[in-house]
Amino acid sequence: MEESYTLEKKEKAITIERISGSEAIMKCLMAEGVDTLYGYPGGAIMPVYDQLYKYQDRIHHVMARHEQGATHAAQGYSRISGRVGVVIATSGPGATNLVTGIADAQIDSTPLVCITGQVSSHLLGSDAFQETDIIGISTPVTKWNHQITRAEDIPKVLAKAFFIARSGRPGPVLIDITKDAQFEEFDFSYQKCIGIRSYKPVPVVNKKQIEAAVALINSARQPLIVWGQGVILSEAEEIFKALVEKSGIPSAWTILGASALPTSHPLNVGMVGMHGNYAPNMLTNECDVLIAIGMRFDDRVTGNLDSYAKQAKIIHLEIEPAEIDKNVIADIAILGDAKDSLTQLLPYLEEKTYTDWHQKFKDLYAIEYDKVIKNDLHPTKEGLTMGEVIHQINLQTKGNAAIVSDVGQHQMIACRYSNFNITKSNITSGGLGTMGFALPAAIGAKMAAPERDVIAIIGDGGYQMTIQELGTVFQQRIPLKIVVLNNEFLGMVRQWQQLFFDKRYASTEMTNPDFVAIAKGYYIDAQKVTKRSELKSAVQEMMASVGPYFLEVCVEKEGNVFPMIPSGASVSEIRLE
Amino acid sequence: MCENKTYTVSIYTENNIGLLNRISAIFQRRHINIESINTSSSEIDHISKWTIVVKLSEDRMKKIIGQIEKQVEVIKAYYHKEDEIIYQESCLFKIKSEFLFEERQIQNIIKDSNAKIVHVNREFFVLEKSGRTEDIELFHRELKAFGIMQFTRSGRIAVTKDEMKISEMLKVF
Repeated sequence: MEESYTLEKKEKAITIERISGSEAIMKCLMAEGVDTLYGYPGGAIMPVYDQLYKYQDRIHHVMARHEQGATHAAQGYSRISGRVGVVIATSGPGATNLVTGIADAQIDSTPLVCITGQVSSHLLGSDAFQETDIIGISTPVTKWNHQITRAEDIPKVLAKAFFIARSGRPGPVLIDITKDAQFEEFDFSYQKCIGIRSYKPVPVVNKKQIEAAVALINSARQPLIVWGQGVILSEAEEIFKALVEKSGIPSAWTILGASALPTSHPLNVGMVGMHGNYAPNMLTNECDVLIAIGMRFDDRVTGNLDSYAKQAKIIHLEIEPAEIDKNVIADIAILGDAKDSLTQLLPYLEEKTYTDWHQKFKDLYAIEYDKVIKNDLHPTKEGLTMGEVIHQINLQTKGNAAIVSDVGQHQMIACRYSNFNITKSNITSGGLGTMGFALPAAIGAKMAAPERDVIAIIGDGGYQMTIQELGTVFQQRIPLKIVVLNNEFLGMVRQWQQLFFDKRYASTEMTNPDFVAIAKGYYIDAQKVTKRSELKSAVQEMMASVGPYFLEVCVEKEGNVFPMIPSGASVSEIRLE
Repeated sequence: MCENKTYTVSIYTENNIGLLNRISAIFQRRHINIESINTSSSEIDHISKWTIVVKLSEDRMKKIIGQIEKQVEVIKAYYHKEDEIIYQESCLFKIKSEFLFEERQIQNIIKDSNAKIVHVNREFFVLEKSGRTEDIELFHRELKAFGIMQFTRSGRIAVTKDEMKISEMLKVF
């Protein structure tokens, strides 16, 4: 039969050795350059763990405290490094516990390869102990998945898994391997996958579309760039910066695009979306050409689509064809890898300055500063604000830390106010909004970038969703900085209850434990701050800490995040108070 | 743009377990009812062809095609309007044999409809009829009066008037 995929051709004769399926998995992982994986053992994956014991000098397995934590750790590892994150879990509950992390990786385009054990093939469909249809369960949240029942299929399926996970718009892949296939011996050899005939991950950039885009951009009077994670995933940061600087176009970012262009760059005009900056949101509805780069017009970015940038011509640079015209109709769609598309655009763009147009951004920023930013970063009221904590961290890290945020008010504040000098530094759960993401994701991020300061910023709600991963921090001795901004509320839901549900605070107030005692229970240095006067020295102590460090900051209970585009409203109906 | 119409979707795919779940989930997630679905081998070895009938707006149809093509094992997906395809459906009727001999009208219906008797025994006979949706619906109505023991009907299968250049796509690979 004709093969439906292509394997890398090796010049040297391929070595063949007779090994078990589980050992083959080790060799496949090493061939793909994997040196770290996250997981949790169990019955149906035991042959693989037995091999991990044998290969422990070459493959570092990090045991999480819950499989969801393992997926988020692998996501953090991938998001800071650009490499594929690898997760291992057993069948049944081990596999189902992966689902939230996989769904998060799917919507945020994070390449993961998840390997799950499965009951032996003769037991499939018999409701055996810890049998679950993880292929059926994971189908809607994976880019691809496959069940292996014969050892001989392991090399080619894993080769395809890595190829699919990392190519095109990246995403999670799940490979389910029956226990008998893990035990079975076969003649092993490995070649990387370099193509699949039904899958064209990177569209070829169309020159005509480039020409049309160039004409539109060069004739624009008030153009606006909105960039997303596509710039980071295609590693196009340099060419993107060059394009922004040459064209002189004000550029705004989506939450996942943050850090691709330094925060301090004069053409960086801030974040778009529900809690984004005032100027780029307001001026989305005044620009004449909107250049969207590697972003997908999520509803949290666009607000009401019927009144989103209706006056503008839209140029959409995107790798995934299904995203074109999905939410916003593009006047010009440039399909392709962002780096390719930007490289082709750059030489033809005219050098411009748009002085008056930039002034509008500055004027609106001044309004936002006066009404919101000043009070967030330099408050005069008694309670500590989340913004001043981020501001203090900025002062001490000088914008060089990677910030891993969880989900909710603190996430919006962290993304709005963190200074980023380095790309791939804003790691957060954007599309799925998964509370509990930050602590395990920060573990993975710190392991992938041990030379960098990695700071997890977490709310008191999300922290308690994966708090058990403190065990992983302790066991692996990961010198992570953990900051919990404690307002004793599920703050974002409370904010909505205040604004839209007449302050009926249903199930949002938290009675919290002694977080410092819990951290200390895991032998992690910890401190609690309740007063403004203690903040600076506490952050200093945290940053100076050699080992893992936990800092709890008690912030005002009922602080709100502004600006805010109310749900269903237009971007230009953004509220400052 | 918003008017719901009947569209026939043709999808060429690798022949893999699990793809049915992936494709049907695309419709299910958007609350779109699949009127009929058929999968079979295609004109190309080892490549499956799917024919799906749905009723929705053209705008949504285009987005669904994008989502289908996004699947790794889908080679190409198209949607067609009713006048762009030649299609047939097939159905089987199981009817008491006594009617065949006692009801002269049944004999006429069978003759006029181009239906085929594919099986006869003492208790029952089986009629097979292929045709367009409305032909089969009419035939069903006519026979219903006599009492039908069993009725079943296939999904639509269709070929397009225009070419779908799948072989060329696979050659480029």
